[in-house]
Amino acid sequence: MKEFKKVEIKNLTKIFISGKNKVKAVDNLNLTIEPGEFVCLLGPSGCGKTTMLRMLAGFEVPTTGNIFIGNKDVANLTPDKRDTAMVFQNYALFPHMNVFDNIAYGLKVQKRPKAEINERVEKILKLMKMDDFATRVPSQMSGGQQQRVSLARALIMNSGVLLFDEPLSNLDAKLRLHMRDEIRKLQKEVGITSIYVTHDQAEAMSLSDKVVIMKDGKIMQVGSPIEIYQRPNSEFVAKFIGRANILKAKLIPEDGNSATINIFGHEYPSKEDLNGKSKEVDIVVRPETIKFDKKTHEGTVLKSVFMGENHEYEIEVNGQIIEAVLSNPHGKDIKSVGERIGFTFDHEALHIIDNN
Amino acid sequence: MNDIRLKIDQELKHIKKITNDPTLLITVLFSIFVVSFFVLVPLSNILKESFTSQGDINLDNYRAAFTRSGNVVVIFNTIKLGLVTATLALIIGFFFAYTTSYMTIKGKRLFDFIAMLPIISPPFVVALSAILLFGRQGLITRGLLGIRDYEIYGFHGLVLVQVLSFFPIAYLMLVGLLQKIDPSVEEASRDLGANRLKVFTSVTFPLVVPGIGNAFLLVFIQSIADFANPVVIGGNFTTIAVKIYQEGIGNFQLGIATALAMILLSLSISMFVIQRFYINKKSYITVTGKISRKRELISDRIVTVPVTVLLVTMTLFVIGMYILIPVNSFVKLWGINYTPTLDHYKYIFKFGMDPVLQTTILSVIATFITGFFSMIIAFLIVRKRFIGKTFIEFTTVMAMAIPGTIIGLGYVISYNKTYYIPFTNITLIPPLTGTALIIIVAFIIRSLPVGVRSGMSSLQQIDPSIEEAASILGASSQKIFFSVTLPMIKEAFFSGLIYSFARSMTLVSTIIFLISAKWKLLTPAVMENIDTGRIGIASAYCTMLIIIVSIVMVFMKIVTSKLGIQNENSGDV
Repeated sequence: MKEFKKVEIKNLTKIFISGKNKVKAVDNLNLTIEPGEFVCLLGPSGCGKTTMLRMLAGFEVPTTGNIFIGNKDVANLTPDKRDTAMVFQNYALFPHMNVFDNIAYGLKVQKRPKAEINERVEKILKLMKMDDFATRVPSQMSGGQQQRVSLARALIMNSGVLLFDEPLSNLDAKLRLHMRDEIRKLQKEVGITSIYVTHDQAEAMSLSDKVVIMKDGKIMQVGSPIEIYQRPNSEFVAKFIGRANILKAKLIPEDGNSATINIFGHEYPSKEDLNGKSKEVDIVVRPETIKFDKKTHEGTVLKSVFMGENHEYEIEVNGQIIEAVLSNPHGKDIKSVGERIGFTFDHEALHIIDNN
Repeated sequence: MNDIRLKIDQELKHIKKITNDPTLLITVLFSIFVVSFFVLVPLSNILKESFTSQGDINLDNYRAAFTRSGNVVVIFNTIKLGLVTATLALIIGFFFAYTTSYMTIKGKRLFDFIAMLPIISPPFVVALSAILLFGRQGLITRGLLGIRDYEIYGFHGLVLVQVLSFFPIAYLMLVGLLQKIDPSVEEASRDLGANRLKVFTSVTFPLVVPGIGNAFLLVFIQSIADFANPVVIGGNFTTIAVKIYQEGIGNFQLGIATALAMILLSLSISMFVIQRFYINKKSYITVTGKISRKRELISDRIVTVPVTVLLVTMTLFVIGMYILIPVNSFVKLWGINYTPTLDHYKYIFKFGMDPVLQTTILSVIATFITGFFSMIIAFLIVRKRFIGKTFIEFTTVMAMAIPGTIIGLGYVISYNKTYYIPFTNITLIPPLTGTALIIIVAFIIRSLPVGVRSGMSSLQQIDPSIEEAASILGASSQKIFFSVTLPMIKEAFFSGLIYSFARSMTLVSTIIFLISAKWKLLTPAVMENIDTGRIGIASAYCTMLIIIVSIVMVFMKIVTSKLGIQNENSGDV
């Protein structure tokens, strides 16, 4: 069995210079990825995630910094000399080769014996449930099928690290969900260290052990999907992952292991931030955590939209607009625009962003 | 300052990356070597020589070029010829392009066919044919009209011949442009109340003005660089290209030859630069994007019938001129004795097969080298980053604009000596004058630019991630090139092969300087026979040349279509 590799990125910077323009695509980045971990690089376009992946693959040369794969510094190695495999956004299948030859390409480059190549390709085709496609050429296949071939072509290399460059973004929504599950299943089965670039938060949440949120070439937050969603460290992360209300509140410490948060004049108990001083803070409130069974606060409905599985409101309270989601609206009391509505916050779900 | 350091640092990193890939490094160095040694060295030698007179560096040669009346006339002749030919070729080309794009005209394939004729035949075919038709023993002048003192040799004959040879360039270019205009733009104009004439003057014509400028300059460059036609039919009307040959080879006056070469070169290059970097940037066509729908063609018979008649007559006339040569090759003595005969071919088979075989063999060798080398250079330029990339790109593109006579003259004065690796006694290049190698090199350099350009444009349409995929699967640059890149651009590769072969076989201007007792090529043999009045033998040579090129072309087309069946798409589904 092949050993999967640890990836360490140290002080990595990439500056693109073209003419008079200088763009810092990746800015002094540090990150460690444990063997077998599935890590997503998530961020808006232009945040440097793709540049980072391309530096890992060897398509871009870092301006400064080091990349260790295993314990080997690979920053100046060409892509063919690194122990990585990659799945591309546009599949990047060789148009002049059939499925079998596409998948066998890497092994042929390594000059493996023919019998071994045949065996391994057939095995992986079976794993991907693509046995019947061996002699098809890429132009005769759908996007989803092509991406499966692309995945097989990368997996067969048994490399230490698998790189994904937005592999699902060219597929339609339904297929995307399906492929997402498939990738996760395969990765768990094979256990390979994986780095996955995406701008789709649902993909990142559902696939990864660890999510890296990036913005302007910098890492904003690293954490498990749950941490990132429930305990974002900034307004940017909170709003980038899911929807969030950012509310002004006052934090009042009580005795050293508890505090209260004052929102709209009501005090909620809190376990966060206990360092002893009263201060103004920003609170992240996810719309789906707002409850309608108690009327702690009251506001005017500005928007009321039925979405099927839930019902969305915009509520104005003291000049602030709050987004709220009522799940499973079936048979519940629905307010229309202009009506007054009562609601309460779930104190467990209130998260303080430290603005310092 | 910091930026510069960063940039240097970046470049150093790229160099480091390339040195990790020895094959790539060697290829890059070799390409830079070839391009500098066989394009730049000859040019710089011409430049040096042009400023040398009686062992000193001075301006004597240029003074002679601009003051001695013979030379001044030649310079004016060249410019006058270029302007008149380009204007007329443009008018005819535009007429063909506009009518075929906007009217229902039958025989469009015929027009595309005549656009191909200049490619497969040597450049002096039309000139030769014009002599057969309008010369002293001309079929039309003397035979039909009974005129005895008509003189086809000279400016007017040359213009006729050049216009007929070059208007297809303008036609092809303009037809491409007109077809790219989105019909909905013109429909919008009609919808806003413009009649057809107004649509033409206010929308269509302004849209193709940059293209017209382009076509004009391209024909102008071709016309002033043309060597074969002025030699055959120019008579006392001499152009710079011819004068360079006469002075350089005939009188061995290298000083004046090189000075004239520099003048011609600056004319061509400046026109080329205007065309590439000024007019090309002004093109509007790409702005309008994808064509939504087919254009409503004018099918009013009052218009289309006369236009069709005119077009077809002109086309048949051109085709006739090309057919006249094979016909003449089977005739005893044009104008005097029209008895059918095989004498000319018998003569060639007996005494003159060397040029045919030698040209074919050298062309085949050059073709394969050019084919691969041009794709490799295209690959390097489009896909790789290295110091010297801009240099290779710039030089290969510029080489397109260098008149063949200048390359020829440059080779003559450059390769009669040994080049050593700097600071050593190791021979880098032995004297090449009179060898087959110099001819092959000339063939390669003359067809390389077009090959590189077509390779580049097909590579630019292919997503680089396909090659990146091969790279990350462990393939070296060399492996990627042969297993992925080349198969994906095989259309450009094969059409490049066809083009280089045809171009090598029909090349006149450069190799007229390079032939020797041992290596006599086909086109110079034709010129020699025309010169000595053996028009029948010249025609037979031309016919054989056209047949060889056509056979190879058809053969390659079959090979490509056999290979091309498998897949048409190039990855971006």
